[in-house]
Amino acid sequence: MKLDAKIPPGPLAQKWEKHKFDMKLVNPANKRKFDVIVVGSGLAGASAAATMAELGYKVKCFCFQDSPRRAHSIAAQGGINAAKNYQNDGDSVYRLFYDTIKGGDFRAREANVYRLAQVSVNIIDQCVAQGVPFAREYGGLLTNRSFGGAQVSRTFYARGQTGQQLLLGAYQALSRQIGNGNVKMYPRTEMLDVVVIDGHAKGIIVRDLVTGEISAHAGDAVVLATGGYGNVFYLSTNAKGCNVTATWRAYKKGAAFANPCYTQIHPTCIPVSGEHQSKLTLMSESLRNDGRVWVPKKKGDTRPPDQIPEEERDYFLERKYPSFGNLAPRDISSRAAKEVCDEGRGVGPGGLGVYLDFKEAIKRLGLETVKERYANLFDMYEKITGENAYETPMRIYPAVHYTMGGTWVDYNLMSSVPGLFVLGEANFSDHGANRLGASALMQGLADGYFILPYTIGNYFASEKQPKSDVNHPEFKLALDNVKALTKRLLSINGKRTVSSFHRELGKIMWEKCGMARTAASLKEALTRIPELRAEFWKNVKVTGENASLNQELEAAGRVADFLEFAELLCLDALTREESCGGHFRVEHQFPDGEAKRDDEHFAFVSAWEYQGPSKPPLLHKEPLVYEEVHMSTRSYK
Amino acid sequence: MNFTLRVWRQKDANDTGAMVEYAAKDIIADMSFLEMLDVVNEGLIAKGEEPIAFDSDCREGICGTCSLVINGIAHGGQRGTTACQLHMRHFEDGQTITIEPWRARAFPVLKDLVTDRGAFDRIVQAGGFISVNTGGTPDANAIPVGKVESDKAMDAAACIGCGACVAACKNASAMLFVAAKVSHLNLLPQGKVEKDKRVTSMVTQMDAEGFGNCTVTGSCEAVCPKEISLNFIARMNRDYGVALLKAST
Ligand SMILES: Cc1cc2nc3c(=O)[nH]c(=O)nc-3n(C[C@H](O)[C@H](O)[C@H](O)COP(=O)(O)OP(=O)(O)OC[C@H]3O[C@@H](n4cnc5c(N)ncnc54)[C@H](O)[C@@H]3O)c2cc1C
Ligand code: FES
Repeated sequence: MKLDAKIPPGPLAQKWEKHKFDMKLVNPANKRKFDVIVVGSGLAGASAAATMAELGYKVKCFCFQDSPRRAHSIAAQGGINAAKNYQNDGDSVYRLFYDTIKGGDFRAREANVYRLAQVSVNIIDQCVAQGVPFAREYGGLLTNRSFGGAQVSRTFYARGQTGQQLLLGAYQALSRQIGNGNVKMYPRTEMLDVVVIDGHAKGIIVRDLVTGEISAHAGDAVVLATGGYGNVFYLSTNAKGCNVTATWRAYKKGAAFANPCYTQIHPTCIPVSGEHQSKLTLMSESLRNDGRVWVPKKKGDTRPPDQIPEEERDYFLERKYPSFGNLAPRDISSRAAKEVCDEGRGVGPGGLGVYLDFKEAIKRLGLETVKERYANLFDMYEKITGENAYETPMRIYPAVHYTMGGTWVDYNLMSSVPGLFVLGEANFSDHGANRLGASALMQGLADGYFILPYTIGNYFASEKQPKSDVNHPEFKLALDNVKALTKRLLSINGKRTVSSFHRELGKIMWEKCGMARTAASLKEALTRIPELRAEFWKNVKVTGENASLNQELEAAGRVADFLEFAELLCLDALTREESCGGHFRVEHQFPDGEAKRDDEHFAFVSAWEYQGPSKPPLLHKEPLVYEEVHMSTRSYK
Repeated sequence: MNFTLRVWRQKDANDTGAMVEYAAKDIIADMSFLEMLDVVNEGLIAKGEEPIAFDSDCREGICGTCSLVINGIAHGGQRGTTACQLHMRHFEDGQTITIEPWRARAFPVLKDLVTDRGAFDRIVQAGGFISVNTGGTPDANAIPVGKVESDKAMDAAACIGCGACVAACKNASAMLFVAAKVSHLNLLPQGKVEKDKRVTSMVTQMDAEGFGNCTVTGSCEAVCPKEISLNFIARMNRDYGVALLKAST
């Protein structure tokens, strides 16, 4: 496998413009001859499917939820970045680009990130035209808030439901195309394999989640927009259904997987309350605009928060990172919280929590303003914990939230399998080793609305591939494989439930490959994961049958993939002998505990190639060359 | 805590279905309602029985996937709360809890507590959008939108499309859902151009899907997890009337 990032030549600021001009076009009348398969209906998938249908392509779109509107993007709370500089506070495309590169700890591709910052402004225009009700000032213009890792206000938001409103915008655009017959939508349908013929992606195999029917769909290109793999940790802020199946099965068909160890732990989530817990809930980063993070200075201080006087509190983020304060980036804030808890200064049950305090904000802004900004988050907090955060500080703790790693793609968002494109959280492209808040929504929509629709045309126009056909033997082979796998899962009939395996895997991952990783912990994970996987295939119990709605069977397939993928994640973490962004290797830190990057040896993207079930994966290194920015030590002090 | 559950079990769309009793034991007050069901399901699987099928995804009250009628009330009757956000601390130890799916002609049961809400998608496909293609849109600040209008549009746009409004209505009417979408878009200057067509197409599709008529009992508003106001129905009726009037003149 030879990886070519296909970064266009020329000055950074002109690469995309020039590339758009250089790419070949498909004439409007010919577009309808191309069938495009889009898997996923989140921000990335819905925006791509709608836009391609508008251009005239024939699109089929798949999602496993009962409606495209329910994709996980719906849950995003805080906001979306764009370099509009509406606040006149010094923002620019260059600054958003620079913040994102620096936020990603200099492990992202310069050209991709610059393009992302450029198209960010079009996204806001597009969404407003669709009727997305972003927050506004009394004068009628759009307003902004700040997010971590930035010193300007460039985040657009719709109360605490930004993801919902953006997704509904994309869903409505998609619905319009479904209504006029340009997109055929397949909800409650799960993709279980990619079909590759003569080295090109030509279709997919899916299971109808209601009838159990397994069928093949041919297409001239396949687009995966299937989201992130955070649920490999079992407990995360992701929706229950989020999984790695689509990108993992594509990996096994030749699509290299990049930087799996770059996982993001979000500092502000509601702490775990017990073994029964099925997921963790995020308290949006936007809360850190007004909330102050603190723990008692004394170890084991069990006094209620209102009885701990000011001088006995440690506002540790403000103390350690005075220029960014409570808005230090996620990886840094999470580690700082872990550190104070490890010192025995954590609060709440088990000492695994820190306070996020709004007392001062309420005094400064008034209760009404705080309510207007965050009421839905405070309500959510109360529902889960039974506590009123207007009166007593919230308790928060870091939790798995986002995955920067994903399928390797070139500048055109095409994977190492020609004709297979990957968008949104599912690819690895723009966030390096750490994503800044409010940048995932931006990336998903950039990929879907403004990048893929151009680059896919170039693929069609320059490749001149034969038409894909489901009668090809490769389709039959893939169908048979999927059927066999399903049958095997149902026939094991062991003693342990699917979710007990998932929980155990999650525990291994969180403890051995979570916020702090060591060679020893990773090696331990690398022995325990295959053992657990072997047990799974001997002892899992999957009830029911294939020919009906069977949620256990769905979960079993996803957990089977997590059990394989987890190993690659740990292997990647073990080989990356440095600390960068969300990847913290205890062996590699400065005396003050800050992450120690090693640019001399690790300024590359790790792209793993599948070599078959019995061989270890092969590591390819895509060097990261910075022409425009200087790779500095990342400091938020 | 311990509970007796009476749960609707139905093998598939063609099965007649029945209530079946289960014991939910050693439930912790901090569990969500769905986590309580997870525990019961783990027990059923261990016994080799098929677990109770129910829909959920985000489990934080925003995706609109979860859809349970709990003790006769859609989402369980806690104000502004979806079933996934309802916690067991609100129930009494020893209580009997009945759990049923959404019941409406337009939402057929697929299995146990899982229903098909595709009708909602088809209503949106009929006109619940603003017809703009990607690209070529004006600068986002080119059209100022008053904060009051914009906030009101957001109030309507907050709908999560769960269908509780239909499940709660004795006529199985979808008026609150449709009114929320129509109002969100019709309130905004960007959406005004297609105002009349939107409301008529969506209402026509709603009727074609077999939803019942609205008799303004307000039961939809009472169960709506996003507390969407009944006023939007009045607003939509106005828009609809105007559209019909324009069409006839
Ligand atoms: C709680 C929370 C809050 C967040 N807040 C913010 C925020 O404020 N700002 C921000 O920028 N980002 C935020 N994020 C991150 C952001 O929401 C996600 O990264 C982004 O929405 C992912 O979009 P996507 O389109 O790539 O994937 P998703 O929205 O996850 O969509 C994946 C789609 O793929 C489908 N799918 C997956 N696998 C299959 C399969 N095998 N077969 C068929 N279909 C499949 C699913 O059905 C779904 O339609 C948040 C994330 C979480 C968890
Ligand atoms: S599961 Fe998403 S709203 Fe309940």
